[in-house]
Amino acid sequence: MGHYGQFVAHDTTDDHGRSTSAPDPPLTSGQSTPWPPPGYLDAASTSPLHPAARVALLTALEHGWADPSRRYHEARRARQLLDMARETVAAVLRARPDEISFTGSGTEAIHLGVAGLAKGRARVGARIVATAVEHSSVLHAARAVPEGELITAGVDEFGRVDLGEFERVVTGGGVALTAVQSANHEVGTRQPLAEVAAISAAHDVPLLVDAAQSIGRDPAPEHWSVLCASAHKWGGPAGVGVLAVRTGVRWRSPSPDGSQEHGRVPGFVNIAAIVAAAAALEAVERVRVAESDRLSALVGMIRARVPEIVPDVVVLGDPLDRLPHLVTFSCLYVDGESLLADLDRAGFAVSSGSSCVADALVPSHVLAAMGALTQGNLRVSLPAGAREGDVARFLEVLPSIVMRARAEFGAEGL
Amino acid sequence: MSTSDPVPDHYPVPDHDLVLDERGRRCPMPIIALARAVSGEAPPARVLLLADDPAAETDVPAWCSMRGRTLAWTGAAADGRGRAYLVVAGGN
Repeated sequence: MGHYGQFVAHDTTDDHGRSTSAPDPPLTSGQSTPWPPPGYLDAASTSPLHPAARVALLTALEHGWADPSRRYHEARRARQLLDMARETVAAVLRARPDEISFTGSGTEAIHLGVAGLAKGRARVGARIVATAVEHSSVLHAARAVPEGELITAGVDEFGRVDLGEFERVVTGGGVALTAVQSANHEVGTRQPLAEVAAISAAHDVPLLVDAAQSIGRDPAPEHWSVLCASAHKWGGPAGVGVLAVRTGVRWRSPSPDGSQEHGRVPGFVNIAAIVAAAAALEAVERVRVAESDRLSALVGMIRARVPEIVPDVVVLGDPLDRLPHLVTFSCLYVDGESLLADLDRAGFAVSSGSSCVADALVPSHVLAAMGALTQGNLRVSLPAGAREGDVARFLEVLPSIVMRARAEFGAEGL
Repeated sequence: MSTSDPVPDHYPVPDHDLVLDERGRRCPMPIIALARAVSGEAPPARVLLLADDPAAETDVPAWCSMRGRTLAWTGAAADGRGRAYLVVAGGN
């Protein structure tokens, strides 16, 4: 890939404000930047671009720029690239290519998925049953349905949906759709999708599955009416979402226009980004089973070690039936914000569901629904290719960072 | 929503031995104040914590279960600013 590496950014500032103690290294092409970046443990927010995606992106920019709906040589080439990408994604999602539409983001896929199912089911009712721990994009989309009513089913201490409550509200009638994630994006707990799908099917209610955190990590969910995913979570570029609509499902486009993407998504498609997304998915899928086993063992190590080396910590989520790459824990008597800052200074990127980190200064609705401690919350999510040494170093620096934060509050020994 | 039974939300405010007014202070300060209040030689048995930090709604019961205490009552603060939490010694 030597001739692709011509781009060298000269801007050395970092808009995330990270690492104030030493100047950041200049941003460079994929050739010289290690992949994944050392210390980057926030894959659940976004994954660094997979090297396979970088190559595919540049190739597709060169060959896939034309309008795929036109009838000339360049258009056919663009169409071919788009079709190949669609087939690749369909195969991984266990879907037919004509069930797959590409959107401008995972959030757009969720918005269109929810709104389209609600529109198709308007005669039945406008109730939307979701778990209390769905991604905010699902909850927002449900609340935006005209005349709609969002009913959330509660979860247990691991964040797993209460199936009894779920069935009760679905049985209540007037339900346009159910919406359940494949696995939780903050604590990693997998949802019982087979049971959720059976309950939904028994009441003839379509099920929307938000699979954004699990695609590329776990096998694709089997039972869904609509499935949504997001390419930048699996190592593709930002700006590509997937909306999959099962053949025969009553989904009606909420958009005023619908000629692109099987009439499901308005606007000219970003073929280069879609091709790159498919290339990344193919690459991670090829090694998925072995890589997920490896990362799951690292997460298992974090889960076991953190309570041993840091007092007064609760590790959240299901210890076993969980995403392979993600773990969340909360530390008593510290604020998430100072932990993030100190970890950043030590070279680690992680995220937090604590209220001090949120825009609205309220804690994560996921942690609240679980009844979990929200202060001093850290989510560690391993990108594909994460190094064991990074995890070991993280565990080395964590205890002193937590203890220092507690000392600042005078909270030692409480 | 959560795993435990809902705590009654009604008046009057139950008897208590100490009031901790942590309104205006953000996470984790109200919880630290609560922990400090019960850490002495003869800790008060019933502490009424006043807090307007939304994180307290989750973190007070979570702290109670970690420290073997019970959130016996919660309700809107008497003057309408934030919530009151009655934390008593002993587990559920």
